[in-house]
Amino acid sequence: MEELIEKLKKEVIEQLNLEETKPEDINPDSPLFGEGLGLDSIDALELIVLLEKNYGIKIEDPKDGKKIFYSIRTMAEYITEHKK
Amino acid sequence: MAFINGIGIISPQKTVESKEFPAAVMEYTADYLKCIEPVYRSYIDPIQSRRMSRLIKMGITAAKISLADAACRMPDAIITGTGLGSVEDTEKILGEITKEERFLNPTPFIQSTYNTISSQVAINLKCHNYNSTYVHRTFSFESGLTDALMLMEEGMASDVLVGAIDEMTLNHLQITRRIGQWKMEPVNNLQLLDYGTPGALAGEGAAFFLLGAEKSLSTYAQVKGVKTSFNLNGSFKPSTILPSFLDMNDLTTKDIDLVLLGLNGDSENDPVYLQFANHFFPGKPLGWYKHLCGEYHTATGFGLYAAANILKHQHYPEVLQLNTINPSRLKNILIYNHYRNVNHSMILIQACS
Amino acid sequence: MAQRIFVTGTGIISCLGNNLRENLTSLLDSKSGIGRIHHIDTLLKEELLVGEVPLSQEELFTLAHIVPAEGYSRNALLGIIAAKEAGAHAGLTEHRELKTGLISATTVGGMDQCELYYLDFLTNDTRNAYIDSYDSGESTEKIASALGISDFITTISTACSSAANALMLGARMIRTGRLDRVLAGGCESLTKFHLNGFNALKILDKEPSKPFDERRAGINLGEGAAYLVLESEESMKKTGNQPLCELIGWGNACEAFHQTASSPEGTGAYLAIKKALEISGLHPEDIDYINAHGTGTDNNDLSEGKAIEKLFGERVPYISSTKPFTGHTTSAAGSTEAILSILCLQHQVIWPNLNFEIPIGELHFSPVKNLITDQLVNIVMSNSFGFGGNDTSLIFRKVY
Repeated sequence: MEELIEKLKKEVIEQLNLEETKPEDINPDSPLFGEGLGLDSIDALELIVLLEKNYGIKIEDPKDGKKIFYSIRTMAEYITEHKK
Repeated sequence: MAFINGIGIISPQKTVESKEFPAAVMEYTADYLKCIEPVYRSYIDPIQSRRMSRLIKMGITAAKISLADAACRMPDAIITGTGLGSVEDTEKILGEITKEERFLNPTPFIQSTYNTISSQVAINLKCHNYNSTYVHRTFSFESGLTDALMLMEEGMASDVLVGAIDEMTLNHLQITRRIGQWKMEPVNNLQLLDYGTPGALAGEGAAFFLLGAEKSLSTYAQVKGVKTSFNLNGSFKPSTILPSFLDMNDLTTKDIDLVLLGLNGDSENDPVYLQFANHFFPGKPLGWYKHLCGEYHTATGFGLYAAANILKHQHYPEVLQLNTINPSRLKNILIYNHYRNVNHSMILIQACS
Repeated sequence: MAQRIFVTGTGIISCLGNNLRENLTSLLDSKSGIGRIHHIDTLLKEELLVGEVPLSQEELFTLAHIVPAEGYSRNALLGIIAAKEAGAHAGLTEHRELKTGLISATTVGGMDQCELYYLDFLTNDTRNAYIDSYDSGESTEKIASALGISDFITTISTACSSAANALMLGARMIRTGRLDRVLAGGCESLTKFHLNGFNALKILDKEPSKPFDERRAGINLGEGAAYLVLESEESMKKTGNQPLCELIGWGNACEAFHQTASSPEGTGAYLAIKKALEISGLHPEDIDYINAHGTGTDNNDLSEGKAIEKLFGERVPYISSTKPFTGHTTSAAGSTEAILSILCLQHQVIWPNLNFEIPIGELHFSPVKNLITDQLVNIVMSNSFGFGGNDTSLIFRKVY
């Protein structure tokens, strides 16, 4: 799990072009949206593409993203559960 | 009629770092002239800019510089002219969908829509006022200027931000070379007229102007009028269009002190300019500017920047001079442009006394 | 007194029909044009519903009375067909002494052919005839050439409000004395480019769209073209045209909120509608019918609804979205819906909001469920909102 979390941090930074952020700046339990990194609805869509492209996981309803993308850890948990 | 009260311009010349006019002349030998870009973090919050492609960053930055130059916080309207919008984003999508239609990112699509620059400037300024975008080849910027002049006539706006913005990419250069738009090999920009070969030297740029209904301390000059004409089967008759355009502004060809021509080095297109100039303005000072910015759909934005500065500083730099005739005064400048002899446009600009 | 602006010609092609009469028939029958994709080779074919014009490129050439040639995009052909119908209606090719303009709107321009030949563009010379349609001026110039318009032409692109802004600019150019008459509107053909783009934004409904319904789940995209001829009173004296109606109000405002999302309170929509009312000199209660933008997305319908409630209070006029009929024709939507709204004035009807069942919980009004034929319709409002918050509202009045 910890390995996946570290990998995800890098992937999220790359997918969302968070040039100013380093992996160690991201607390895996902090919320990604709202105040945290200042992400918005388009970033959520970008994360959906990331899950599909890198992990083969399809999310049809963007509303489901809210829970899945709450934090890096919730993302990692979702991937572990759903990875084919 | 409107006063140019602020200018922000990113171009292949050092137009951001230097407020001098002209900025130190940059010489290139290149396939196309690329903009000298500023460090964007001084203008845009990195969190906001993380998704922005190059063209959008150039646009917002040039817009902000022009607003600061005019000491204007909130324009009454934001209008952008762009011939191609974000080519980089459009190419990303085309690349994806011609390979496989999966994993398409939403961001390039959002940014590929032409109105993204006007709307991003509005979001950046939280400006809820009139907002529009014109996307018609070399009429794009001129349409925006026309709209701005109308808003002032209608009493709907007194400060209008108008932009002229386009970018070039290597892919797009390669594609449009196929239809003879550009020179086939790198050329020296300062010797552009010596080649005598078909095709222009491509370029790019982002120029924003804050036009005001009132003159201010920062005023450069005033835009008197703008005219575009679509040459449908030879319908463009300069001998009727030019005099009536000047007449509407109570001027004749005699009153024009300097004509800035859109010569771009293309041996097939440049003669149109020279015929026009020889016919209407024999013995008059003729200038040009596209060797400094390259040819692109909204290159007249650079032309207007040059003309406004000539009038403000009452100085006609040598690098812009096409013939050796010196103007006896610098009051009225006509900027004349055409694209393939199909899209003709004129901008008339006057010094403020 | 300010110059009055009259509509003297209309032309339209959509999934409902190839001309005005066919569109009217489908509307009166409450018959939607939404269906499967047939003319684009896309993986989304089986997934999405769209409002496609059921004609091949060859059939479009025939309908446009153009000899088939390379270099024509589907977009340009749709535009020529609708523009020619409007032009013929208003005798646009006569009275050359009148200053005549063309203001056309598009968002993806000639991308329908560019996306087919993009790899050729990069590697060989076989498809060079289509390279010009890469930029959006091309379809406008094809239309201008087909109709012989040269005094003024331009192209507007403000996403899904493009054609409404074309009409607004046309009205203003007449009012400021720059032109006597204007052909204004928009065209858009379906493309793999924007089908995939909207799909990546996850705002396409795989079922028929349900604007203003609690269960709404997104957009069905559509294609088509619609053009209107606008004329000054002086111009009408020369052409002898009879007015179909008068364009009396227009307003353009910007949300300045987010690249794709509308603000929850609909600031941009509110300001655009308010400005249009101000220009027209009318009060909210004067509006008989609102043809809403109503895309069927969660965000738009709620935001537009909130803006309308803020302006109209508890007395919201009859309102419907006609996008379940036509699909969302993006840059052609503004002029398509302007014509549909004008048909309401001409035929004294109000179009239903197809597929509506359950009102949105947060809103107090419901859209029109069935065709209305027993109400006086004198003044109609047409709303068009676009990505980036480019919002425009138009008001048309019946002429007696």
